[in-house]
Amino acid sequence: MSVLFILTVVAVLAVAAFVLCRQRVMASVQGDPKRLHSLPRYYGWHGAIMVVLPATAVLLLWLMIQPFVLERQVAANFPPEMVADDTSLTLIMSDVRRVAGGLDVAVARGAMTAEEASMIRTEFTDVRNRLASVGVALGSNVTAPVLAAAQDYRQIVAWGALGRTILTIVVAVAGLIYSIMVTEKDFRARNRVEQVLLGVLMAASSIAILTTVGIVLSMLSETFEFFQQYPFKDFFFSLTWSPNFRGGSELGLWPLVWGTMYISLISMLVAVPIGLFAAIYLAEYASKPVRAWVKPLIEVIAGIPTVVFGLFALVTVGPLLRDYFAIPLGLGNSGSSVMTAGLVIGILNIPFISSLSDDIINSVPQSMRDGSLGLGATKSETIRQVILPAALPGIVGACLMAASRAIGETMIVVMGAGAAAKLSLNPFEAMTTMTVKIVGQLTGDTDFNSPETLVAFALGMTLFVITLALNIVALLIVRKYREQYD
Amino acid sequence: MAAPATSRPKSSLMAQTALVKRRNASEARFKAYGIAAIVLSLATLTFMLFTIFRDGISAFYQTKLTFPLELTADILDPDGNRNRAEMTKVTTLGYNKVLAASLKAELAKDGIAVDGQSEKEVSDMISKNAAGSLRAMVLANPELVGTTIDAQVLATGRIDGFLKGRVTMETAQRDSNVSVEQLQLAEKLRDAGILQVVFNWDFITKPDASDQRPEAAGLGVAIIGSAYMMLLVLITCVPVGVAASIYLEEFAPKNVWTDAIEVNISNLAAVPSIVFGILGLAIFINFAGLPNSSSIVGALVLSLMTLPTIIIATRSSIKAVPPSIRDAALGIGASKMQTVFHHVLPLAMPGILTGTILGLASALGETAPLLLIGMVAFVGNYPGAPISGLMDPATALPVQVYGWAQRADPAFIERSSGAIIILLIFLVVMNVLAILLRRRFERRW
Repeated sequence: MSVLFILTVVAVLAVAAFVLCRQRVMASVQGDPKRLHSLPRYYGWHGAIMVVLPATAVLLLWLMIQPFVLERQVAANFPPEMVADDTSLTLIMSDVRRVAGGLDVAVARGAMTAEEASMIRTEFTDVRNRLASVGVALGSNVTAPVLAAAQDYRQIVAWGALGRTILTIVVAVAGLIYSIMVTEKDFRARNRVEQVLLGVLMAASSIAILTTVGIVLSMLSETFEFFQQYPFKDFFFSLTWSPNFRGGSELGLWPLVWGTMYISLISMLVAVPIGLFAAIYLAEYASKPVRAWVKPLIEVIAGIPTVVFGLFALVTVGPLLRDYFAIPLGLGNSGSSVMTAGLVIGILNIPFISSLSDDIINSVPQSMRDGSLGLGATKSETIRQVILPAALPGIVGACLMAASRAIGETMIVVMGAGAAAKLSLNPFEAMTTMTVKIVGQLTGDTDFNSPETLVAFALGMTLFVITLALNIVALLIVRKYREQYD
Repeated sequence: MAAPATSRPKSSLMAQTALVKRRNASEARFKAYGIAAIVLSLATLTFMLFTIFRDGISAFYQTKLTFPLELTADILDPDGNRNRAEMTKVTTLGYNKVLAASLKAELAKDGIAVDGQSEKEVSDMISKNAAGSLRAMVLANPELVGTTIDAQVLATGRIDGFLKGRVTMETAQRDSNVSVEQLQLAEKLRDAGILQVVFNWDFITKPDASDQRPEAAGLGVAIIGSAYMMLLVLITCVPVGVAASIYLEEFAPKNVWTDAIEVNISNLAAVPSIVFGILGLAIFINFAGLPNSSSIVGALVLSLMTLPTIIIATRSSIKAVPPSIRDAALGIGASKMQTVFHHVLPLAMPGILTGTILGLASALGETAPLLLIGMVAFVGNYPGAPISGLMDPATALPVQVYGWAQRADPAFIERSSGAIIILLIFLVVMNVLAILLRRRFERRW
């Protein structure tokens, strides 16, 4: 009895409930809907909801609880010392699951009867070969407790499937009967239905909170795991980063933080002046048609995927800087460098700064401009001495948000900044960032128990905290500024 | 206050004093800075797009060798009974022999000199991919054996690069993968019409190929993977996003909980995308046990990322529906829920649609989180049809761009740029659609 089958049955019952409840309520008023509390369809919906909601809740609960019960029951087949710690338990469980899956296949192919599958013993049959004959390859020979556990496993799964089918359908039928019983002309069906709908809307809006909780929890647990294997103090106070998957790694945070900050600084040096001047021109000087064309064009930059900028950095900007600046100046011969990544991230952030600043400059009240111009100031003097000081908090907020984007940017630095973690001042040297190392440590075949992999979660946590702090500060500044002129 | 008014020289408003000149000059400078900033950013954008198109447009063309190919029965079907099971014993080595022999025969017929050149050098001009696809073709239709067909087979990446101008005689001298003689021969073949550059549909439809065969690499799997993910993002994100926005905008009481949700949504929009990748890896793959590099995991991660965008767009378009609409509906006896679903939501729909398309467009270009959930791995097979195909390993367009850019052979840079062109075409279409929808349905109250 697959889950799909149960869901189909529930759906059929729901349709039945809709039709029956609607008919019943119409019959109770002799077909005159004016005498009902709610519109007839609400009675139908109420019936359907009463069938679907409790039944699926029960089904979900069962599906969530079953694996735990299963694991405990199966583990009882093994001596306690074999399943003492988590890793060996996981290994044994996967063995058991594979053997049980093999037995299922064997039964499905007709190579074994169902009875035989639950009766065979390792003492009498070579289980591995028999399973291999139906195309199930097992890595090692099947031991007696594993086979017994696998047979237990199959038994429990079979019982579970039967149990959940019966329980769900019973609950669904109970819902159907209940909804038909309560349906009469004065029943407030609409209010009930709307309450359920409101609950659904509320649940949807809390997904945002759940995501944040998920991010924080998933990173916190792995970060704790990391700090159990690697000393806290070495991570935060060491100046060397040299991971080594054979052990003996040095995983100091600072070279990565330095690279990240250096690249972000260069990107801000590019993005802030260009973005700000573009915003000033668009807000204060540009004619309407120029603004209507140029503003969306600049925003096109923001719509281009970052991987495109990454390729641009890798193929064009990097070699350009190397051949025309780094080599003639004797500053190294690396195509990927802090400068490359910084410049390209700067370009990426121009539209971000310019559109935020544009909004902020536009929200400075016209009376302040008029006052300044009336005193005889030129337009640029007005902008520099009146508008910018008034807009400054908002612009600072925008810059902080841009900085947080630069810090969290991944593809451009992965493709343009290099992978060498070092503390150096030379902007034409390849350096690396936290995001590059997160990608580096987590792609490819990874073992989630070594500090070299888990460090990525600690880095992610650091990144999350930094960007969150920057954003909250920026948000507070901008919000305060908005209130000033509202 | 002894104002020395009398000592001041007479001046006219018409003549500029030094101070006014300076102030005007600074005004002009200031304005010029603004123009320079705009010109600079637009010029960079243009330059970037130009380099991408310059490098990428050639990916849509591919060099192919056209010659009559004799499918020699002795080699391909040694038993001579056209039995498919027995013919599978012939490996690609056998097909390589057939290809090389036919090409050599064609050269001899056209009288193209092969002086100073080993046979291996000639046959090495044929892509390593050709034998495999020829074998698949013959095994699908064993009757072809013994006949002579007009074959069009891929040339290797280096020869392809030579015809496209990427590889020159000078670079060939330093290159172990191609010799100057081969390039000279390629020139002759081009003049004889055997070597042709034709439009490359395979680039859009075929799956990725290994490091040594840049000429055969295609985007098929990436396009399917991206399409699956966008579809799933649409299905999961829009209902949840719209429901959340309705609650926050129309029903939520002002309290700590709703405030927390609001702050959360604006913060989630600013969380670095790679953090979502970590979330996906930890929760969907390690905890929930969903398969690595499958479209479904990618879609879930992208959905969580797109949700804030959709919520923000939906809320602003719900907010734009004037309160008079709500008052009218409530006034004639609709419930709050009916007001929202029968009147407010339909009127807000165009804005929601536009926001959704823009959110999807940004999800389509997202790369970093997909790297962490393993989508960068080499995928040589198409994922199956939904729903089970959603669990199959797949890759995505932007990830394919990154994957190819990381490969050693410079021919992959052309592929990578070509993939960007496809990606940009999708993005342009989506954005234009959003603009058109906005123009068509936007309502000013």
